[in-house]
Amino acid sequence: MLTLTSPVETPLHRLPAGLKLALLCAATVALFRIDSAAILAATAVALGTLHLALGRPIAAAALRQLRPLWPFMALLALWHGWTGELTQGVAIALRLVTAVACANLVTMTTRLTDMLAVLDRLVAPLTRLGLPTRRMTLAVALAIRFIPVLSDRIDAIRTAWSARSPRPPGWRILIPAALAALDEAEHVAEALRARGGAG
Amino acid sequence: MERSLSHIALFAALIAVLGFVPQIMLPFGVPITAQSLGVMLCGTVLGARRGALAVLLFLSLVALGLPLLSGGRGGLGVFASPTVGFLIGFPIAAFVAGLVTEKLRLAILPAAGIGAFLGGVVALYAFGIPGLALMLDKTLTEAALMVVAFLPGDLIKVVLAALITQGIARMRPDALLSRG
Repeated sequence: MLTLTSPVETPLHRLPAGLKLALLCAATVALFRIDSAAILAATAVALGTLHLALGRPIAAAALRQLRPLWPFMALLALWHGWTGELTQGVAIALRLVTAVACANLVTMTTRLTDMLAVLDRLVAPLTRLGLPTRRMTLAVALAIRFIPVLSDRIDAIRTAWSARSPRPPGWRILIPAALAALDEAEHVAEALRARGGAG
Repeated sequence: MERSLSHIALFAALIAVLGFVPQIMLPFGVPITAQSLGVMLCGTVLGARRGALAVLLFLSLVALGLPLLSGGRGGLGVFASPTVGFLIGFPIAAFVAGLVTEKLRLAILPAAGIGAFLGGVVALYAFGIPGLALMLDKTLTEAALMVVAFLPGDLIKVVLAALITQGIARMRPDALLSRG
């Protein structure tokens, strides 16, 4: 399955994932402390330059990932155009875009395996508290594995529906879809038990 | 034990799949995205604890960088976007929906309906609205006004969640862990 990690290697890919995540936390906290539109604008420009320095594919992907923010930008523009507090509106919008772009940059330059390794290290101390961290990793793997399986099942259900009805399937196909997940869960549980349990 | 684990994993996968199946059309031609419906179902079908864990697992996959939110969104950026409050509210919504479905001594349809409403609307908005207010620097009332438009769609999803839970209860009574 596709992840959001950029296939184009950048120097940022080689930084340790833990470091990138720590920097991201610090940057996000700092961004929410800054109220000056000028400083926020400078930060946004710096971040944009960094993206361009990493190459056009990264910059294009980053722009694409910012697209879901447009309704909020439109809302802020309307709101602050109405109240007349334009500088404040610009500051809020810049902070939002910068924070989201920073986080997306970490996601784009960190492989799924590296992220999983960080997650493993973060939850490792919980084992001593008696929390089942091995089962957590197993659950992550199972969920990732069964996304395409369930997707195929729902496609099959849709096809079966269209073979019988001229109308498009409505919400009703969600019942067999949920049943498919429940049945699959029983099979997986049985398979796990047969192989000695989930530990 | 294995049963809990596999149900949690499979329902996390189900929420993900509901995010990228084509939109579900309602009889009168209104499209809805089924992802938040999936969150309600996690609660009403799996019960409070398993439902909340399934949603939490789904959110971890998103944070790890898989584009599983509806519209192909994902990665750490969504946790810095204005809708972060709703994401934080997702597992709590499933928990509340599950708890109500488990504890309410009513037939499954009204119990799941009340659960889906208290979880998927009341609890979810209780987190989503402050999140929106915080991220966009608005007051709570102003933020509440912004989400009013989504209320009718969410109420439809509450009804659908109840109907689907009832359908599952009829076809596979044993599979309904919230009433198991």
